[in-house]
Amino acid sequence: MAAVALPLQANIMGPPPADPQLVAPEPEHCPGPSSDLAGKGDACAGCPNQQICATAPKGPDPDLPLINARMSTIAHKLLIISGKGGVGKSTFTSMLAHAFAQSPSTQVGVCDIDICGPSIPRMMGALGESIHSSSSGWSPVYVADNLGVMSIQFMLPGKDDAIIWRGPKKNGLIKQFLKDVEWGVLDWLLVDTPPGTSDEHLSVCGYLKGTGVDGAVVVTTPQEVALLDVRKEIDFCRKAGIEVLGVVENMSGFVCPNCEGESQIFHATTGGARALCKEMNIPFLGAVPLDPRIGVACDYGESFFDAYPESPACEGLMGIIGKLREGMGLPPLESEGVEEEEEEEEE
Amino acid sequence: MLETIPHVILVLSGKGGVGKSSVTVQLALSLVRAGKRVGVLDVDLTGPNIPRMFNVEDEKIRQAPGGWVPVRVGEREEGQEDTRIQLMSLGFLLKDRGDSVVWRGPKKTAMVRQFVTDVLWEDVEYLLIDTPPGTSDEHISLAEQLRNVNPDGAVIVTTPQAISTADVRKELNFCKKVGINVLGVVENMSGFVCPHCSECTNVFSSGGGLVMANEFGVEFLGKVPIDPAFNMMIESQGSWEGKGGLVQRYGDSQLCGVFKGITERLVVKVSPPEKGRDEKALSDVSGLN
Ligand SMILES: Nc1ncnc2c1ncn2[C@@H]1O[C@H](COP(=O)(O)OP(=O)(O)OP(=O)(O)O)[C@@H](O)[C@H]1O
Ligand SMILES: [Mg+2]
Repeated sequence: MAAVALPLQANIMGPPPADPQLVAPEPEHCPGPSSDLAGKGDACAGCPNQQICATAPKGPDPDLPLINARMSTIAHKLLIISGKGGVGKSTFTSMLAHAFAQSPSTQVGVCDIDICGPSIPRMMGALGESIHSSSSGWSPVYVADNLGVMSIQFMLPGKDDAIIWRGPKKNGLIKQFLKDVEWGVLDWLLVDTPPGTSDEHLSVCGYLKGTGVDGAVVVTTPQEVALLDVRKEIDFCRKAGIEVLGVVENMSGFVCPNCEGESQIFHATTGGARALCKEMNIPFLGAVPLDPRIGVACDYGESFFDAYPESPACEGLMGIIGKLREGMGLPPLESEGVEEEEEEEEE
Repeated sequence: MLETIPHVILVLSGKGGVGKSSVTVQLALSLVRAGKRVGVLDVDLTGPNIPRMFNVEDEKIRQAPGGWVPVRVGEREEGQEDTRIQLMSLGFLLKDRGDSVVWRGPKKTAMVRQFVTDVLWEDVEYLLIDTPPGTSDEHISLAEQLRNVNPDGAVIVTTPQAISTADVRKELNFCKKVGINVLGVVENMSGFVCPHCSECTNVFSSGGGLVMANEFGVEFLGKVPIDPAFNMMIESQGSWEGKGGLVQRYGDSQLCGVFKGITERLVVKVSPPEKGRDEKALSDVSGLN
């Protein structure tokens, strides 16, 4: 008996191609509506899209210049990713955003491309908000003067509505988030992603690659089941040509609020993120301990960073930000506002 | 292929990392301990965790006439029938465990279809399907492919905090929309007993799953506490010597008793006594250790 081999993977090296408007779902062995074989493959015979695909103009997506224009006013673009679910990508994204936004002169945007499980609006205290559109685009929801947020959650009629979308629809929305949102001039755009290596990731990496995206911050928890998926995410980044700026280990260690004794809820049996970073030769940015107050703050949409600045979790976060900025060749956070504008307010 | 399996149960959650795979594994172990023949289908294509959790990461799927042969785990008594757990996962198709699988929707749909139609399950009574988080390609394809199979329904996993139940509510609405029956809700990671002072801390709050189940009018199957020893057990499998694999050792886990209760409720739920579909089921499970 022969071992079963895996089918070929999607091409992730080039810029995203123009996608024709299909009239039916792609068949299983679809060569790709924008590929050179479109309309001519074996699977195309009898497909209702055949004519459309065969005659559609080939070449890069005509929307790319529009995306590039929108992104040109944003100094730094970071992706927050993880192969594993529930490791704290969104929590980390919102804490990072609040930390950057401490300085009133720093403009921050958070773009939530988790279409099926958007958590950013709740975490950032913007659950009931909706987006306004005008002729020039969609305006983000501002949770502070210098902190804007965009998420599909703002577009749903009911908060519990499920988004039952296949890939192409998700890609369409992500493109709109990058092309039509009026972010304006930003110092930071943080892109929160769903777990995995799929349509969302292919799209966002494809669209952002030409815009000078700084890279990705990978979030994990210490146990091997999480690290296993994170390896895949790093492999994906390498294939897609996105720089991995470093790995953050979240929920490492739990301190009992009663006796202050420490325990490991997610044991790092294989050495945790530190060992993984060493093995894969990428920077280890630091660790954030498990603090139940973080979860509570997220549920109530409060900024943990502002409420408990002295906590070990926030100290961990500040260390991570320091390393991240260092790796990106930026000065430490304290001096940012001073350098960029003559502000004296920040701490 | 799945039409002949009496019970097909999905494990779903809108939220990632809440313990879908851990719940799947523990349901499988509990059912096996109750003398059932169990198969596990891992439909998480980009983050398959089932091979790791059963410590069979190096196994490969073989092609036989008529389909793919699942990987078996557990101990086989000599001269006895092969009642080991049968596993199918994309993890078994990877060259290297760190390889990423980068697929757009149609490829995923094709793989899900193959998993549903081409696997040679052998006398499986309960097939558990582990899924990735969300309500997208894998889930839509699975719902479509299972339409003719008439699955028993889905076990919904959540953790107690609002950030998790918010996403899981979406999953419940998804089930309603695509016509998947909800068998019940499991609240995982509900409370943690500090090993130093025995004080229980609600690390991820508590009770959110019960509230959600009541609100949606679905059964609450049970609360599972955080148990770091469970992860240790999973991770230390490679170093076990002598007899006693995961099925036996799980008997010593604090969570085994909890899952026995959940499994009993589930078995009753999927085998209505009036239909006599699986009358022995309840007594079998209750009669366990
Ligand atoms: N009751 C529990 N006590 C302690 N640890 C747990 C418990 N349930 C799950 N875990 C651990 O939490 C982590 C996440 O669980 P798991 O991988 O099962 O989640 P998942 O929902 O399948 O995640 P994904 O969305 O990435 O597929 C694992 O390391 C698992 O061992
Ligand atoms: Mg899983």
